[in-house]
Formats: sequence, structure tokens, C-alpha cells
Amino acid sequence: MIPAPARLSAWDLVAVGLAGLRARRGRAVLSALGVAIGIASMVAVLGISAVSGAGLQEQLARVGTNVLTVGPGHSILGSEASLPLESVARVSHIPGVVGATAIGYVNGATARRTDLIDPAITNGVGVAAARLDLLATLKGTVRSGTFLNAATARYPAVVLGTYAADRFGIDRPGRQIFVAGRWMTVIGILDPLPLAPDLDAAALVGWPYAERELGFDGHPTTVYERSTDDRVTTIAKALAATANPEHPDQVQVSRPSDALTAELAARAAFNGLFLGLGAVALLVGGIGIANVMVISVLERRQEIGLRRSLGATRGQIRLQFVVEAVALSLCGGVTGTIVGLAASLLFAFAQGWPLALPAQVITLGVTAAVLVGVVSGLYPARRAAALTPTEALATR
Amino acid sequence: MNVIELERASKTYPGGLQALREVTLTIGQGELVAVCGPSGSGKSTMLHLMGTLDRPSEGRVRLLGHDMVTLSDRRLSAVRAHWIGFVFQQFFLTPHLTAVDNVAARLLYLGVPARRRAAAAREALERVGLGNRLTHRPHELSGGERQRVAIARALVARPVVLFADEPTGNLDTASGAGIFDILWKLHEEGTTVVVITHNTDLAEAVPRRVDLLDGRLQ
Repeated sequence: MIPAPARLSAWDLVAVGLAGLRARRGRAVLSALGVAIGIASMVAVLGISAVSGAGLQEQLARVGTNVLTVGPGHSILGSEASLPLESVARVSHIPGVVGATAIGYVNGATARRTDLIDPAITNGVGVAAARLDLLATLKGTVRSGTFLNAATARYPAVVLGTYAADRFGIDRPGRQIFVAGRWMTVIGILDPLPLAPDLDAAALVGWPYAERELGFDGHPTTVYERSTDDRVTTIAKALAATANPEHPDQVQVSRPSDALTAELAARAAFNGLFLGLGAVALLVGGIGIANVMVISVLERRQEIGLRRSLGATRGQIRLQFVVEAVALSLCGGVTGTIVGLAASLLFAFAQGWPLALPAQVITLGVTAAVLVGVVSGLYPARRAAALTPTEALATR
Repeated sequence: MNVIELERASKTYPGGLQALREVTLTIGQGELVAVCGPSGSGKSTMLHLMGTLDRPSEGRVRLLGHDMVTLSDRRLSAVRAHWIGFVFQQFFLTPHLTAVDNVAARLLYLGVPARRRAAAAREALERVGLGNRLTHRPHELSGGERQRVAIARALVARPVVLFADEPTGNLDTASGAGIFDILWKLHEEGTTVVVITHNTDLAEAVPRRVDLLDGRLQ
């Protein structure tokens, strides 16, 4: 009976492949490095996107998507329109509305750290009168101090948005700043307001105080309205006419959470670019492996000849070199995945985002590495298998 | 029974070099045959044809009565794994593996499970007198010892025939004599051995000698 070729066990195949790498360690490390860099950059991009997406989503979930804002549009003549005095009251009567509040910018008022600073240097900080329920409606939080209350709203007290506080270099309440020509006391500093980012750069004063002392006309600049989730679309249609029945065309209604949703989408598009760069790095790494394997085949013709003379089939030789390439690539891939994950977790930690371990990113990294190994190993492996035993043995 | 039969076997290499011309030769079970001839006379080519490392351009090659010419490459590989042991002039040991692992590598392509390979390899090394060099690596061994590891590797699969292509070509006289002693011992134990050699002493001593010149049997 003519014997049939034996099947190599998976374990034996791996052992043979790894033995080939162990014999040339330095070269193995260098060629795995290429793949490691490619995989690391891809995993980092996807990982950072995953954790930052989770961060944004968490923010969205916290502030909700059921807030609509009503702002003044432009009149036909191009001058900036303002909202009627009673618009907040009318909006709050729409069925489904659970809260309505407003701010109104005080025309011509500036906020400065001291009276010695040139009034022209506003740092982009505006002065606005705020309703007491502003923070509750926007689900904002105070970083330090307190928000305005019925008492402080009648006195020269000011609450700073996070950007305004940074500009003034103020990190705790108690200081005096120069607002609209008089000294006022900072009583609180806000956290960022995702639904009203313009207020981050505002100095908020009490509505009655602004009307009484700062010459504020009482017309809201922006009305914020929060409703039940199912009523948002319906209310959006009715909002312009309700807030300004005489000139509904001069009113702009918007949904501030749309900006956050759009940011999520934009981030995904931006990731595509970096992912592409990572893919290029991975491709270069794969070519590096193919290169090293081709050289390896040239150098190891005698070993190939010996194995053929010992009874290895062409298929077994081919498999040996593919396994070697995959092992090489996988070493790089696993290293790259770990580095990439570490980078994204570090980033998440630094940004204060939730630490999410994106499982599909890990799977993707490892799968990509295996794929690169197979593809880059195939050509050298075929060359190795194509050698006849006598050709291979005749090499000096 | 005839182990090897060459029937009008010829080998012409691409480029027109005719290395072997219509050689007909039969080697029986248990024979020890020395193949002699000057360089380029076709000795290695004949050995490669008999050992299924290469196919004849014309003619027949039979092992144990089976036609080798019509077999697929896969089947030929299996024939080499099961029936044939090779010993080469350059030893071809894997540098970073121990003697045991070098010998055990042979059993990989026979499908012997990993746990049984080491034991079989040790036994084969003891047969060639290297029981005290089991964990040495090739660079820690003398030339003669390396060639004995290579012989153990050929033997461990219990082949039907052992082919040795100038096994003492890289060795000094004393080591070479040691290798011949082993080949002789294997022959006495019943193994069929075909050895290419320039060593005239051995060629005179063996029971059968085949001379080649310009690819023809003399």
C-alpha cells in the first residue's frame, strides 16, 4: 500500500511556525512593529471615537433632546427683532410644556474684571438677565457657589458662565467684577451648558435688577422651553406663532440638542480620515511582513528542501509559512490593540468620559491582523511551496 | 522482494544536460550498495530518482513494486515520509534545535503524536551512539556527531531504505569511519542502504558496488 500523507495537527503547525520566528527574533520584532503601529492607530481612532461617542451620548441623555429654543430672527428691514414681553408666559401655556424660561441680553452692557480694563475688550462676554428657573430648565449645574434666587436677583449679584469665568480668571465666588458701569459680586460659576453654549460666555444677572438698574427693556432674547418627549415636534410647529403672534416670521425656533447629535455624526465622518491613515499604516506593515517572509524563503531554501525530503507536502510547506506570517502579524496586532486601547482609555480618563472597553474594536484589531498575516504570507508561502526538493537542497 | 527498481531511467535537465542515461538497476531487500563514480557522473541524480525527490524524464522508478512516476506530488511526499531516510553530506540540521528535537522533527510528517516523538528520537540517537548528546545543539557537536544525528533522524521513521549522499564528504577519516561502521551495522540489522561514496576502502568492502560514468552504469 502506498502511504497517504499525514495531517499536521493545529498545534504542530503553530509550533513549526513559531520555531521559524524564534530563530530570527530581531527581524520578527521589527516586522511585527509595522503591523503594531497600523493596528494601534486604527484601534486608538476607533476606541477614542467609541469612548467620546459614549461621552456625548451620556451628555445628550443627561440634558435631554426635548428642549426647544425661541430666538429673535431678523425683521424685514434687517434690524434684529426681539421677543414680546409676554412670550414666556404664552409658551408655558402650550400643552405638553413642562417649563419655559428666558434670558435677555442687556444692550450695551459690558462685563470686565476691573474698571481699569478698556471697555472695548469684552472678551466676548455679554451681560444677560436670567430668569430664576433657567438652570432647572436647561438641566445645568453650578460648578461653585449658587445660582440666582429671588433675593439675589434684586441685588448686584452675577453668575458667570464657564467660559466667562475662565476669561476673568475667577474660579470661586466672592470676587467683585465691573459690570455695566458698577461693581457686582460673583455669587456662582456654572458648568458648561450643552443646550445653550452661548450662555457659557455670559455674565448672568437677576431679571428685576437688570430692569431696575441696568436699563433692560424686559424683552427676552431667547426663550427656552422643555416639554414631554412626544410633544416636541408638535410644539416646534406652534412655537413661533405662540411666542410672537404678530410676527411669527421674525422668530427662530431651534432644537439645541440637534447640535450635539450633529457633532456625533460629524465625529464619525472625521474618524473615517484617521481610519484611512491607520489602514495605510497597516498596509505598509503587511507589505513589510511579506517582504521579510520573501527574504526568509530565499534564506531557508535548504530547510524547505530538507522538510520536503523528510516527507512534507507542498501544502504543509505553504501552511508553515502562512502560519509564520500570521503569527508575526498577530504579535504585532495584539501589541497594537493593547497600545491603541490604552491610548483611548487614557484619553477617556483625561476627558472625564466613561471608560468603555469597545469589544468590537478589539475584535476588529485582531481580525485585521490575522487577515494582514494571511494575505502577506500567501505569496511567500506559494514561492516556498513551488520549490522542488532538489532545487531547494541544491542551494549553497 | 525488490526494494528499488530503475528501468531505463533517464534524466535530462532543462538546458539539455543529460545527467542519467537509461539506467536499469534493481536493489533487493537488505542490500548495502555503494554508488561510485567521478563528479558529474550522475550519482546524486540517480539517488534523487530512487528517493523520489525528483522524477525521471523517461523510464520507470519503482519502490516496493509500486510505480513512483505516476504518483502525485502529495503521494510522493508521503512515500518519502514513510519509506525513505536521507542522509546528506551537509547534515542539514536545524541550528537552534537540540539533537532530540532535530530527530523528532522527522516524525512530524509521519503524523506521530508529539508526546511519542521525543521518546522515539531518544531511542534513535542511542542507536547511533549519541545517548549522551541528547540535548546538545548542532554547534556543540563535532562533525561526526552531527552526521550521526542526521542518521538518527533518517532512522527514527524506520524507513524501508536509507540513502546516504556522500555522508563522509565533510568529515575527517576517523569520523568517517565511525559513520561507515553505523551504516554497516544497519545493513547487518537488515536495513537496505544505498550510499554514494568516494571512499575506495568502503567501496571495496561493500557486498555490491555500482559504478557510474557520464550517466551510464559501467
